[in-house]
Amino acid sequence: MTKERKLHMVKVAPYIFTAPFVIYFLIFFIYPIISTFWTSLCQQVGFAPPKFAGLANYGLLMDPYFKMAVQNSAIYTFFTCLILVPFPLFLAAILDSKFVKGADVFKSMLFIPALTSVVMAGLFFKYAFSSNPAALMNAVVGLFGIPPQGWLEKRVTTWIVLVVFCVWKWLGVNIVYYLSALQTVSNDLYEAATIDGASSWQKFLHITVPCVKPTIIYVLTISIYGGFSMFAEAYTLFNSARTPGDIGATIVSYIYSQGFNRNNFGIASAAGITLLAGVLIINIIQLSITDPVGKKEK
Amino acid sequence: MKNKNIGLTILATLVIAVFAVIALMPFFFLFISSFKPGSEMIRNGLQFKFDFENYGLGNYALLLTERDGIYIKWYINSIVIMVLQVGVGLFFSSLVGYGLAKYEFKGRNILFLLVLIVMMVPVEILILPLYKEINSINMIDTYAGVILPFLVPATGIFFFRQFASGLPTEIIESGRVDGCGEFGIFFRLMMPLMLPAYGAMTILLAMGSWNSMVWPMIVLRTSEMQTLPIGLQSLLTPYGNNYDMLLSGAVMSVVPIMIIFLLNQKTFIAGMAAGSVKG
Repeated sequence: MTKERKLHMVKVAPYIFTAPFVIYFLIFFIYPIISTFWTSLCQQVGFAPPKFAGLANYGLLMDPYFKMAVQNSAIYTFFTCLILVPFPLFLAAILDSKFVKGADVFKSMLFIPALTSVVMAGLFFKYAFSSNPAALMNAVVGLFGIPPQGWLEKRVTTWIVLVVFCVWKWLGVNIVYYLSALQTVSNDLYEAATIDGASSWQKFLHITVPCVKPTIIYVLTISIYGGFSMFAEAYTLFNSARTPGDIGATIVSYIYSQGFNRNNFGIASAAGITLLAGVLIINIIQLSITDPVGKKEK
Repeated sequence: MKNKNIGLTILATLVIAVFAVIALMPFFFLFISSFKPGSEMIRNGLQFKFDFENYGLGNYALLLTERDGIYIKWYINSIVIMVLQVGVGLFFSSLVGYGLAKYEFKGRNILFLLVLIVMMVPVEILILPLYKEINSINMIDTYAGVILPFLVPATGIFFFRQFASGLPTEIIESGRVDGCGEFGIFFRLMMPLMLPAYGAMTILLAMGSWNSMVWPMIVLRTSEMQTLPIGLQSLLTPYGNNYDMLLSGAVMSVVPIMIIFLLNQKTFIAGMAAGSVKG
């Protein structure tokens, strides 16, 4: 190869390397989003030709079913974040301290729930939270003098089941994220703090937490993402997208049942665009705080 | 001082052990129940008391015989889809991630921002238009239809970019001096260095593919084409008499992904550490 050709290749190569993403982005991301946006402005049932309808579909979203779905998703997301952001950090810090015997085995054990399919895990949670008085969870709450519950028959207890389900599944993953972040915290900081007489809790609060802040924000982001896109868990618990009284409805199950069960593509698309707008607003706020593109320059 | 350390060791190990046991509890209960008639669990829920009366391996034999071995078909479908999706996904995402990390070029920052945006938008929002797209190219009920929209995974690109950024640029320079082309450098020099990242990403992509439910449920229509999660889910119909193979089938469905995890777990945490966000 001549020298000029090689220099030329250095200039062209990055575009070839990144071309698969560009092609993918146009066909399977931008096009579907534009198509969803357009459909959300149309009256379309089934594969009949769409009729432009302006914002009518967004008006139709004001029904109680959608409100219920948004509320459920928001409450579920709030509580999963409340648990799944701080708690795994705490456990990761314990695992990372030299006090735990067999830490490697425990790390693998804690990660295993993430490997299971939602269907299999759903089977467990559905029947552990069975309304039968002798079933697992009713036996456990019975120890505290709480009468047996029909867990999946009421809204509040359904939230509890879903949050427990999600925490069980993702705890290990977040621990792994935090563990890898903890490797980057310099030991000197802890030693200096020990000399100054800081307690373990003070060290955790004033050294660990600030040092892993980017990972905390990352975990928060994926938890919000996971929370608002939750559907499969509710689907396996109730074995349908539509649940009695809509107690298990989520934003995505609303999209699914409007789109695929009733062929109301217009309304389903409007719900999709609403969710998209919400997610983007949250993430723009997050990106502007953390600025991953700018920071990675150095 | 020494006593304090022993106390802390016991306490810390105990706390972690409790959570590890809770993490594995569902497997234990489902495994025990998989030897009993399935209708028992459907009726009574999972319970603490174990009666070893109706125990037997019959539920596992059913997996081979029921409906002409439909379970085996689901298994093969799942494996084929996972292998294709993970193999191609690893290749493309490492290619793009490396390109973003190791080259200065116009539009690099914008491309990376787009990767972040794709990562942040739940794919569930796009299921309707993706369905229409796949339908219009007649790929409903095919492997290709399931795989196609996920061949260039953004999480993988992000991860490989982070990982490749930490690799020494001198290797690329010396490769060029030795007369290696740009793609030769990637395939012969950089790919081996990125092995820990491939290990970690194999686990994450395989998990996603093996357990994915919503999209395959939309694309795969006939029972013969379905994957394990949706096939098993379909056994849960209120009128079904297939409850017996539900639990044994669920237990057996964990085996491949568990093997992948155990084979890669050494590189997993190391790879995650190098590739994850460091801010």
